[in-house]
Amino acid sequence: MSRHLTIRNSLYENRLLLNRVVVSALLIVAASLGLVSRLIYLQVVGYEHFSMLSRDNRVKISPLPPPRGLILDRNGEILADNIPTYSLEIVPEQTPDLRSTVSELAKLLNLSDEEINRFDSLRKKHKVFDSVPLRQQLTEEEVARFSVKMPYFPGVEIHSRLLRTYPYGALAAHVVGFVGRINEAELQKLDPATYSGTYHIGKTGIENAYESELHGKTGYEEIEINVQGRSINVLGSTQPVAGKELRLTLDIQLQKIANDALGDYNGAIVALEPDSGEVLAFVSKPSFDPNPFIHGIGREEYNTLKISPERPLYNRALRGFYPPGSTIKPFVALAGLEAGQVSPTRRVICPGYYLLPGVSHRYRDWRKGGHGGIDMRNAIVQSCDVYFYDLAHRIGIDRLHAFLKQFGFGELTGIDLAGEKAGLFPSQKWKKKARKQKWFPGETLIAGIGQGYVQITPVQLARSTAILANRGKIIEPHLVEPAKGDPPAERFNPIQRPGRFIELAPESWKLVIDAMVEVVHSPRGTAHGIGGGLSYKTAGKTGTAQVFSVGQNQSYKGMRVEQKLRDHALFIAFAPADAPRIAIAVLAENGGHGASVAAPIARQVIEHYLGDRP
Amino acid sequence: MNIDSGISAIKMAPRPTSQFVHKLHIDVPLLSGLLVLSGFALIVLYSAGGQNLNVLLRQATRLGFALLIMLAIAQIHPRSLKRYSPPLYLLGIALLAAVLVIGAIGKGAQRWLDLGILRFQPSELTKLSTPMMIAWYLTARALPPRFGQLVVAAVLIGLPTLLIAKQPDLGTAFLVAASGSAVLFIAGMSWRYLMGLTAVCASALPALWYFMRDYQRDRVLMFLNPEADPLGRGYHIIQSKIAIGSGGLYGKGWLHGTQAHLEFLPERSTDFIFAVLAEEFGLLGCIGLLAIYLFILSRCFYIMVQAQDTYSRLLSGALTLTFFVYLFVNIGMVIGILPVVGVPLPLVSYGGTSMVTLLASFGMLMSIQTHRTLLPG
Repeated sequence: MSRHLTIRNSLYENRLLLNRVVVSALLIVAASLGLVSRLIYLQVVGYEHFSMLSRDNRVKISPLPPPRGLILDRNGEILADNIPTYSLEIVPEQTPDLRSTVSELAKLLNLSDEEINRFDSLRKKHKVFDSVPLRQQLTEEEVARFSVKMPYFPGVEIHSRLLRTYPYGALAAHVVGFVGRINEAELQKLDPATYSGTYHIGKTGIENAYESELHGKTGYEEIEINVQGRSINVLGSTQPVAGKELRLTLDIQLQKIANDALGDYNGAIVALEPDSGEVLAFVSKPSFDPNPFIHGIGREEYNTLKISPERPLYNRALRGFYPPGSTIKPFVALAGLEAGQVSPTRRVICPGYYLLPGVSHRYRDWRKGGHGGIDMRNAIVQSCDVYFYDLAHRIGIDRLHAFLKQFGFGELTGIDLAGEKAGLFPSQKWKKKARKQKWFPGETLIAGIGQGYVQITPVQLARSTAILANRGKIIEPHLVEPAKGDPPAERFNPIQRPGRFIELAPESWKLVIDAMVEVVHSPRGTAHGIGGGLSYKTAGKTGTAQVFSVGQNQSYKGMRVEQKLRDHALFIAFAPADAPRIAIAVLAENGGHGASVAAPIARQVIEHYLGDRP
Repeated sequence: MNIDSGISAIKMAPRPTSQFVHKLHIDVPLLSGLLVLSGFALIVLYSAGGQNLNVLLRQATRLGFALLIMLAIAQIHPRSLKRYSPPLYLLGIALLAAVLVIGAIGKGAQRWLDLGILRFQPSELTKLSTPMMIAWYLTARALPPRFGQLVVAAVLIGLPTLLIAKQPDLGTAFLVAASGSAVLFIAGMSWRYLMGLTAVCASALPALWYFMRDYQRDRVLMFLNPEADPLGRGYHIIQSKIAIGSGGLYGKGWLHGTQAHLEFLPERSTDFIFAVLAEEFGLLGCIGLLAIYLFILSRCFYIMVQAQDTYSRLLSGALTLTFFVYLFVNIGMVIGILPVVGVPLPLVSYGGTSMVTLLASFGMLMSIQTHRTLLPG
């Protein structure tokens, strides 16, 4: 029975399929006939018409790329400029005898063999009707010499282009960024109409972040061409609209001072105007010269930059992770006051180490003999570790995490540069999720002095310092003043805003900031060396971040440890302390002690900025 | 038993070369058609690509690679193709989802997965795995498919289609939907349902418009009225028509197409390569190309009719129809009777991804043709 059914079915199915094959074939034949009849309509019936159009097709649309917007510093100094350059280009298809043309040109313009070889290899990558550059950046004299002989060189033309240059080179490279050739992946995402005739696009920094503003609007030119394709007449044009000029908040003079102050150290300096969040200086060292990137940097040159152990291409200020060390202590002190855990007058005995109940491990203070009995204010001034071990232990890691988050620890700052990284301030939840481990009480102590899992970026530390200087007003660092209704933070990194203000008791702010002033101005302060001769008060805090962990019974002798394992020196500061106009974070990689290395650097920057305008 | 082997011995014995070719599971007529087509394509490409030997070499390398893939797939027995249909389909869906997720993280449209040395477009896999899946599903049931089965099939087709449309790659989404639907058509889906489906699709067009990106809307508007913006968006279609029309009956001659060489014609080597062919080889060249295509198609139909099981028939029929849809949509676009969608001219346009997929599908057809046993198994 079932067998019978199957047979019947398959017979039926066969017929059904065959039927569909016939229908499909008929459809295909019909559709093909449709195509052919359309082709007959175009190629036979319409031949005269289209042939005439094709012969008259002398009007070519050629794009006029807009000049890219300039980038200026806050005082109008040009950080990214466009300069006209002339290049000699050949369209191989329009050149009757390419070989002799090139050798004639070589004589005329003293071309080197290398230039000719490069032309040959470029030519093979292009189509025969593409314009291929033979020499770029011709001098005025060379342009004149060629122009006289131009009629003898069919297919050879001089093109003038605007070329991006960065007059300050490496100094602002990590802020301004650079433009480079549009690559394959970018090409797929770009609107071809907007970018026709444009060969460069912002790759990093401001050039990348504000690409749409800087680019401008492409114009078009209707050009009459002859049969060889050479343009003989311009029939009409739509002028391009230049890209927007961007004025940064950066002060290039201050940037230079900061850069020089850092000396031979690698590291980063970020200075902000606390009230507005404007970035005044943004140094990441070592840096690199962005100019070679514009034409396409040589592979070898790029590799040297890329594999250099110094990592000059790496934006330390924006993406570098460092432990904040003791610079975190003022913030932890605020957390303690606010959580009501401690009264400011409470004293802790510091014997030079701290013991957790039931644990034999000694959490050591940086000062071997200890600080004796010490209150909060002096604990900040002298940077007593034991006091903050105790305080962190009392607050607890989760409360500390929630409080410091408001100051931006472990959070993106929302600065208008792409690629910012968030850093980390740990919590029990974080550790369970990221490490699949439970939290150990000892780790709270270490976090309390800005070590262990805690990681900040220099720009983040500068922002936290600015919020402290503002007595709680939250700001977002930015390099370009946002247009109304266009908060830059929305465009780059979606950041969480806990609110506009961190509401704390006025006495809490006062206590901590007074202590920070003492750090600089009191003889017992860790940075008292930089306090002299100032007409205003500076509030600061030193920090030394461990790179290399020291064993229980070893002692750390800075000078004997290899340079790259030496501690990072940090310093945060703002001034004038009562009405701050600059907030700064300095990080000197492997600089050793914050007090001796980072603090004097900060002073130089602050002094220059406030110098003659107290 | 003895008779069987006797007959097969007679059939398999003929010339030694043929035996060798048969062992490699090559279908000679189909391969010849494909080679003639590819040869012609390279000739046109040399002109369209601005007489650039590099372009030609790269395309020839891709062609060689794709032919090897075809050969490899031809070795797989149709039984295995059938068995692997569901897992392949699921893999395709998973990869599409991965592309979307990665694209969402990386911001902006993304179609491929970066596997280090090569970039792989999962949507290409689904062009094959979707018809395979539908064929697998329908084969297990009696034909023609009933309403319930059609609903299941619609879901199976809709899933990859939507995922690809979301990339957004409407051209490929359309082709995947077409390849799946082709199986249903071959399987004998009743005309009543077919009409109903067409009606549903037609009424869904306004909704589709709503989901389109701006540039996709522009393309449709431009198709409806290219003269509205002759220097802007309508430019491509107008210049393409001038190129084709001015080719006339015999064409301007190889390497002599002014439209293409003076850069009036956009996308000369890729989507609009047919216009270059029409300009330089004229109507006769176009008919020649169509004739090669029709030869390949007729061989495919022959293979389908000869196929011995339902799965093979459904799959080969669907792949054949899809191949035609491909070329019809591209040529229709270039000659201005269909809107511009990013579909290359199969096996002629410059570019590698679709070539590999297409030749893989011809590999399946060869496998179906060369793995036949004398009597139905």
